[in-house]
Amino acid sequence: MKNTLYAVVAATSIAAMPAANAVDFDVQITNLSNAIYFTPFLVAAHPAGNNLFVSGQPASANLQAMAEGGDISGLEADVMALGATIVTDPASGLLGPATSTTFTMNTDSTSNDRLSIVAMLLPTNDAFAGLNAVEIPTAPGTYRFDVPAYDAGTEANDELITGGGMPGTPGIPADPNGLAGTGGTGAAAADANPNVHIHRGNLGDSNATGGPSDLDSSVHRWLNPVIRVTLTVR
Amino acid sequence: MLFNPTTKVRLLAVGAVAIVAAACDNDSSVPATPATPPQPTATFEVTVTNLTNAQPLSPVAVIAHQAGYSVFDIGSPATEGLEMLAEGGDNSALIAAASGNADVIATASGAAPIGPAGSETIFFAVLESELPGLNLSTSTMLVNTNDAITGVNGFDIAELAVGESVSLRSIAYDAGTEANTEAAADIPGPAGGGEGFNAARDDLADRVAMHSGVVSQEDGKPTSDLTGQHRFDNPIAAFRIARIN
Repeated sequence: MKNTLYAVVAATSIAAMPAANAVDFDVQITNLSNAIYFTPFLVAAHPAGNNLFVSGQPASANLQAMAEGGDISGLEADVMALGATIVTDPASGLLGPATSTTFTMNTDSTSNDRLSIVAMLLPTNDAFAGLNAVEIPTAPGTYRFDVPAYDAGTEANDELITGGGMPGTPGIPADPNGLAGTGGTGAAAADANPNVHIHRGNLGDSNATGGPSDLDSSVHRWLNPVIRVTLTVR
Repeated sequence: MLFNPTTKVRLLAVGAVAIVAAACDNDSSVPATPATPPQPTATFEVTVTNLTNAQPLSPVAVIAHQAGYSVFDIGSPATEGLEMLAEGGDNSALIAAASGNADVIATASGAAPIGPAGSETIFFAVLESELPGLNLSTSTMLVNTNDAITGVNGFDIAELAVGESVSLRSIAYDAGTEANTEAAADIPGPAGGGEGFNAARDDLADRVAMHSGVVSQEDGKPTSDLTGQHRFDNPIAAFRIARIN
């Protein structure tokens, strides 16, 4: 787990500001799903007016890399440029179904009063969970956010396990629980909506060695929300 | 029939006694030898509305408790009481186990299953001295499934003032105790008429997680006896919680 404060620059430039956004809080991310895994999360407290994605707008290249292959390095560089307070990969790898990861953040002496969290869903082509720049509460207490799955809109949801995780490469990188089939012919062509949108869910089928999808309709579907983020402000 | 439509609304005895005591308190006559001073109570009503197309909800278990109790935790195996509710719609074991838990303040049960578009109001009462830290949980089965449940899982109602209400919507969870065969023989609701509780645990994993929905035969699961009518999406039920005195 890498827990890094990128507050040095910001602290010197806003040292005269009142510490209105000083918040010390715990974050718990729970994978609510029954059979979906999440690639390493990017968690960023950042200034208002910035978004990693916007529904109805095309995904950035860095969002696409996260959604198609779980690569958060580009988005990490984006938020570092904002002076964000970040945590990457809090679960030290994949976050499995019905499991949680908990960590602490501190935005003292920063203007990082918004929280964004993203990670890719496996096995999917380009689905990601996205908590999108919510205001970080300052009053002590426990706050819960239920987060849906979005489709980055950048890759056809063919539902074929091909190992393809590079941006622009078709297919699903992997099914970590090993319950996917083979021999699918391709469940779907390109998304009707090429912008970021709420994901329509995996389709799957009941044929482990053929059919349109390599995924199992009784295993790999989900209903929103997919993760629960619990903030405990001290 | 795996759920019991004759189940009566039950108020925990201490709550019922306290209500009587509070009523006596309104009497202007002063008893010559006052007994134990009556303790003020807080009465709540929970109105449950079924938002689904074709998933009747089994009689709702209502449990008022402190933080040390929970009906379930994501990622942990279901208790046997919850398994019985989730597989057969019978809330009696869950309520009995809760009643024996030191962190549980009051329990109540819905009187009957709640059909699609139906609703029911269930009452419970606690002593005002028991309000700090009071949480509400509810649990009910989607009976045309193998082991899907919905409900409120630990919502803080301690600060709810008299006359105030809060409205919540609940999502579907998979108890993780029975494989989602969608076969009539395994579904106790009217779509199946099959078996309810079975102690075997043969789901994908023995732990509670969110439900991924029913597939149905019409959507490509050849062995399913459910139809597209039985599919559902979140939210499943609406809960209006009001403090009435």
